[in-house]
Order: sequence, then structure tokens, then C-alpha cells
Amino acid sequence: MANPMKIRAASKDGVTEVKVLMSHEMETGQRKDASGNLVPAHFITELQATWNGKPVLDAQFGPAVSKNPYLAFKFKGGEKGDKVVISWKDNKGDSRTDEAAIS
Amino acid sequence: MIKQRRDVLKTGSGLGVLGLLAAAGVLKPEQALAAWNESAFKAGTLEKTFAALGAGKPASSGDVSIIAPDIAENGAVVPIGVSTSLPKVESISILIEKNPDSLAAVFKLPEGTEANVQTRCKMGQTSNVYALVKADGKFLMAVKEIKVTLGGCGG
Repeated sequence: MANPMKIRAASKDGVTEVKVLMSHEMETGQRKDASGNLVPAHFITELQATWNGKPVLDAQFGPAVSKNPYLAFKFKGGEKGDKVVISWKDNKGDSRTDEAAIS
Repeated sequence: MIKQRRDVLKTGSGLGVLGLLAAAGVLKPEQALAAWNESAFKAGTLEKTFAALGAGKPASSGDVSIIAPDIAENGAVVPIGVSTSLPKVESISILIEKNPDSLAAVFKLPEGTEANVQTRCKMGQTSNVYALVKADGKFLMAVKEIKVTLGGCGG
């Protein structure tokens, strides 16, 4: 199981800014290890963010997204204490869901 | 002559409708589940990726901006942000021309989410980076060259 995501959500003037740092290898499938074998691709493919159960962002990643992906976005609305839930799925079927309260 | 021309016009518009239906059919499953768009992510070149995304040849727009450094020292972590002032933005995609597969990420923005996303990408070498925005049913793009001093693929 992957490590938890770091999620920061801050509301200002009616707009909530969400910053997420995921912990993931994001192997491209192009790299070779020390003995010359290809390292199989392993990367996050889909990510969804919801605010109080309502989707606020749907993202699809390719292997070109950096290791330990960072993502920032903004949406209208959001009160202090509201829940932002983020979940991702990778190409090996692993997944993780974390949540944070808006501050 | 006139009759023939009418026939041609009729068949022409008929094809147009079919094309629209096909386009709608292609787009639907993508919107319904946001399943990973494998054909676009594995399309390879820029043109093929645009085609797989249904964008064809998008027009450049001054309203789309790419927030990224001119020179990235480390190609493994290149901060790239895309923002636009266009209304009704449905999706934002980031493409890196000289990567093995151009498409890096696609963001679908529901109503209420601002057209302003930032992430970090890997770049194998100096390349043009494209931001593709779908707003109000139309595809628009912006280009920015980012110089990479140390490649991020194969490291």
C-alpha cells in the first residue's frame, strides 16, 4: 500500500485552493535497471477529487507526470471544515483515498 | 445540373450528421466514467495524440497560458501550470512534443472548478510543451518551449 497523500485545502474569498502531493514511483516503463532489464511501467492513471461528495476534478495521468506527483487546482465554494476527498488508481490496480478538511 | 448539385448537398449534410454522431459516440464513454484514455496516452507523436483526443488541429489562442520555466535544470521535475480566461472550460491537457508519448496529463473540470491547474512533468529533452484547452466545445492551444539541461527519462 502506498504512503498517504499530503493534501492542503485552503479557502479564501469563496475559492478553495487544493494542493496535493502523492507518494508514487511513477515508473515510465522506459527506464532500465542496473542489469539492463526494463523496469515495468507503474504509474497513477486516474485521480478524482470531490468536495462534499461533488466531483471538482477528474484527472488522467500518463507516465510523464513526475515521481511523487504534485497537483494544484482551485474551485469555487468550500467552507472551513468541508471535506475534500482525493483518490487515485494506478495501472497495477493499486489505489488510495485520502481526505482533508478545508482550512 | 441543379438537381445534381442538390443531391450532392444532401449527401454532404448527411455525412456531416453521421460524423457528428460518431464524434459524440467517441466522446461519450470518456465522459461517463473518466476511464483512462489509453489510445491518447499511447498515441506517441503530437499529431496522433491530438487526433486521439478528438482535437484535430487546434487553433492557437492568446487566452491560454502556460506557466512554466524557460529553462528546466532537472527534466525529471518540470513544474507546468496551465490557466485560461476562456469561459466554459471542459478539459485541460498537457502535451510534451518530444517525449515518447506526448500526452502527460488530462484534467476534466466540472462546472465551478477554475481553469487553472499546476502539476510537475518529466521531460526527456528540450521540447515544445502544448497546453490544449477544450472550452465551449472548441479546442484551443498554447505552446511554450522549455529547455532541459538534464533529461528526466531513462535517468
